[in-house]
Amino acid sequence: MATTVLDHAETHAHAKTGLWSWITTVDHKRIGILYGATAFLFFLIGGLEALLLRIQLGSPNNTFLSPETYNQLFTMHGTTMIFLAVMPISAMYFNFMIPLQIGARDVAFPRLNAFSYWVFLAGGLFINISFLFHAAPNAGWFGYANLTTKPYSPGPNVDFWVIGLQTLGIASLAAAVNFFVTIINLRGPGMKLMRMPMFVWMSFITQILLLLAFPVITVALIMLMFDRVFHTMFFTVAGGGDPQLWQHLFWVFGHPEVYILILPAFGIVSEILPVFSRKPLFGYAAMVFSGAFIAFLGFGVWAHHMFATGMGPIADSFFAISTMLIAVPTGVKIFNWIGTIWGGSIQLKTPMYFALAFIAMFIMGGLSGVMHASPPADLQQTDTYFVVAHFHYVLFGGSIFALTAGAYYWFPKMFGKMLSEKLGKVHFWLMLIGFNLTFMPMHFVGLNGMPRRVYTYPAGLGFELLNRLETIGAFILAISMLVFVYNLWRSLRNPVPAPADPWNGATLEWSIPSPPQEFNFAEIPTVHSRDPLWETKRARGGPLPEPALASGKDIHMPNPSFWPLVTAIGVITTLTGFLVGFPYVNLVGAAILLTGIFSWAFEPAG
Amino acid sequence: MSQDAHAMHMPTTTGLDSRKMAIWTFIGSECLFFASLISTYMVYRGKSLTGPYPHESWTNPANGEVVKGILNIPLTSFSTFVLLMSSFAVVLALYGAQRGKRGMLIGWLSATMVGGAIFLGGQVYEFNHFVHEGLTLHQNLFGSTFFTLTGFHGGHVTVGLIWLGTVLVTAIRGKLPPEKALNLEIAALYWHFVDVIWIIIFTLIYLIK
Amino acid sequence: MSHPAEAHAHPEEHAHPSAGTYAKIAVTLVILTALEVAVYYVESIRTYLVPILIVLMIIKFALVAMYYMHLKQDSKLFSGLFVFPIFIAVVVIVALILLFSIKHPQMPQ
Repeated sequence: MATTVLDHAETHAHAKTGLWSWITTVDHKRIGILYGATAFLFFLIGGLEALLLRIQLGSPNNTFLSPETYNQLFTMHGTTMIFLAVMPISAMYFNFMIPLQIGARDVAFPRLNAFSYWVFLAGGLFINISFLFHAAPNAGWFGYANLTTKPYSPGPNVDFWVIGLQTLGIASLAAAVNFFVTIINLRGPGMKLMRMPMFVWMSFITQILLLLAFPVITVALIMLMFDRVFHTMFFTVAGGGDPQLWQHLFWVFGHPEVYILILPAFGIVSEILPVFSRKPLFGYAAMVFSGAFIAFLGFGVWAHHMFATGMGPIADSFFAISTMLIAVPTGVKIFNWIGTIWGGSIQLKTPMYFALAFIAMFIMGGLSGVMHASPPADLQQTDTYFVVAHFHYVLFGGSIFALTAGAYYWFPKMFGKMLSEKLGKVHFWLMLIGFNLTFMPMHFVGLNGMPRRVYTYPAGLGFELLNRLETIGAFILAISMLVFVYNLWRSLRNPVPAPADPWNGATLEWSIPSPPQEFNFAEIPTVHSRDPLWETKRARGGPLPEPALASGKDIHMPNPSFWPLVTAIGVITTLTGFLVGFPYVNLVGAAILLTGIFSWAFEPAG
Repeated sequence: MSQDAHAMHMPTTTGLDSRKMAIWTFIGSECLFFASLISTYMVYRGKSLTGPYPHESWTNPANGEVVKGILNIPLTSFSTFVLLMSSFAVVLALYGAQRGKRGMLIGWLSATMVGGAIFLGGQVYEFNHFVHEGLTLHQNLFGSTFFTLTGFHGGHVTVGLIWLGTVLVTAIRGKLPPEKALNLEIAALYWHFVDVIWIIIFTLIYLIK
Repeated sequence: MSHPAEAHAHPEEHAHPSAGTYAKIAVTLVILTALEVAVYYVESIRTYLVPILIVLMIIKFALVAMYYMHLKQDSKLFSGLFVFPIFIAVVVIVALILLFSIKHPQMPQ
């Protein structure tokens, strides 16, 4: 066996492969991949839940699922898709791309970043473990009290939900502090705020929404848990409590939450359209300010989810007007996207297909949304499938299409391989057709009176044909997902490496190798414009050469750490004590938590 | 020292320390946490179906006993004063830390903790007394909202004490020179925030009838 | 007066308040608290109790924030990080109080 001369990188103490390196990683790119893989698995689970629902609803008076199972499945479908799929897939992109796009080597607090991921994983596993006990949450993803109070939900289902959501909230809050500080404080030279990529801007606004909205649901969940465990009166009518308070607190969180779900998607689309139109984003400043305005106004519209709860004409009018108003900045964005494409040199690659479909689907979802803004109209639409159609058009047609566009766009950068264009187009058409077949008919059955959140419907009301079509559509969607999974698997095994800049991109992430090295940039770049790479290529008169791999031996990166995981275990253990009702579990959890925190705080630097 | 010593000396876009920015960001978020608890208290004011009440008397139908308005203004005014003084104390401790005056740092930081402990002691006494008078978490809306709001505030004070205590230990061990004064400044900001929330709670719950 | 360690760690700050200034703030806070408690006990100004208390509360809050939390001397960014959430918080509190006091005319109060 020949001896080799070990260079600095090899003698470096920390292993770069193996399970332990992933468990202790503080590298934003690895954490991003962890988020993405976990979230994608949960997305498939959420999709499976939806398929089961659609099988049940495919025929009238069906007995495929019992009412109780149906309730658990639709609750978990919503909870999973919102908190375990869309949000963490966005988190994957925040993690991987924000430091790269602003010219940084990592986020402001790498260990806090790892902590956020482990807490997310713990929360997601916790809430899904309930299935093993046939006790999955069953009171809707919105958990209306007093259905969720002990007398009406005596089992542990709602406890799983409350604790699971509380845990996920901690992960989101920690990550929001991290990305907020990162974007303000770790931008590279020349990266002024009004030069940042639109994805970073939309993500930044999203972090602000997270910081302000999550504490409200934290309090609501605490109050619900107290009602259940300590018999407080917050939502207990016999004690003077008002169930409507839950709705208000939930939706003060819930409405900003939907903007948390869509703003990153807006950002991704604002990245892709310019690149694949070979034109800069139209109306950059208007895009920034409309995004900020949407977020700000988003705190003033929440009770449009409550038009049927008897708030009175003054409240109804106020929230109707604010809701209609919020359509304006959204419209500004849509016109700016069209303005971006207009006159451009359109490259019809897979990311562009999904981004263009996003615009169309999101407009449709926005139209049904604006219809809800009128309280008298909403009294007809609320609690029917018309609402289900609306939010699936904005959340699936909107967020999921955009996140998928982002996947095709950024996969080469993240994994160093290209996804197959052919399979991508098959995925796209199956998904577009399946999606519309599933959700378009819901507008009609909804207006014809089919209520939501009900496990079956009688025959003879005219719902059968459309429901059957919706179920077929859901299966087409499922097949499209299989195509995507196959594309992912095949592409990862493809020996052909992806170039640093496969799409002729404008932003900094395309200036470094695919995948990036641990330290991101051999030398932190200085930017002079909003499209730094286009500027550089223009100055050169042609494409940039493939960036060379650097040794990085003089670049000091943060050390890996075990303590974020320990602290996360402390969090989930402490909260589990409330599920099982044994204070010893709380105490053990607190001990682990304190051990984790103190070890983290006093960890010696490398 | 800790890994964050590295973060402290990294150049930042704004020139401001990232950890200080993080604590302010967290404090901003906490404003909404307490706003939700305070909103709930305010919405449910005067809506309790049974006593004891905060300011009015209540006749217990079970035994005919008259329970006066349960809040003890003089005692709580004293705790409020103590907590305010503890904020003053930590400001002086930070002043000493930034100038390398070890005695001033340790003395005033200890005083801060004593103040916090007295405040907490007052809360514990108050909670116990209320329970004896018949006000529990589940007695009425006042009990539910009062104990939850002030209880979580007390929880925040406790966390603050543990944090300040940790900083005090590092100071005693000589590991808090002026270059590391930020460690105390961040803990102090949290402590002041907790004090400021109490200023609001004292007014809205105790003083407004 | 600027201190070498501080100039490195806090480039944005101007002159620090002296210990004496902090003491004056402390005395002011005590006086304001005493006023608050006094107002509580004086029956004759009952009708003005709430606005007076709110004003005193805001002044105390502002003094602690500006001087003890150092916002007056620090970068305006920190003030923004505090003031904006406070604004949203006040909106939420006021909105919820209003929503629960003005209900549908036909709903039981």
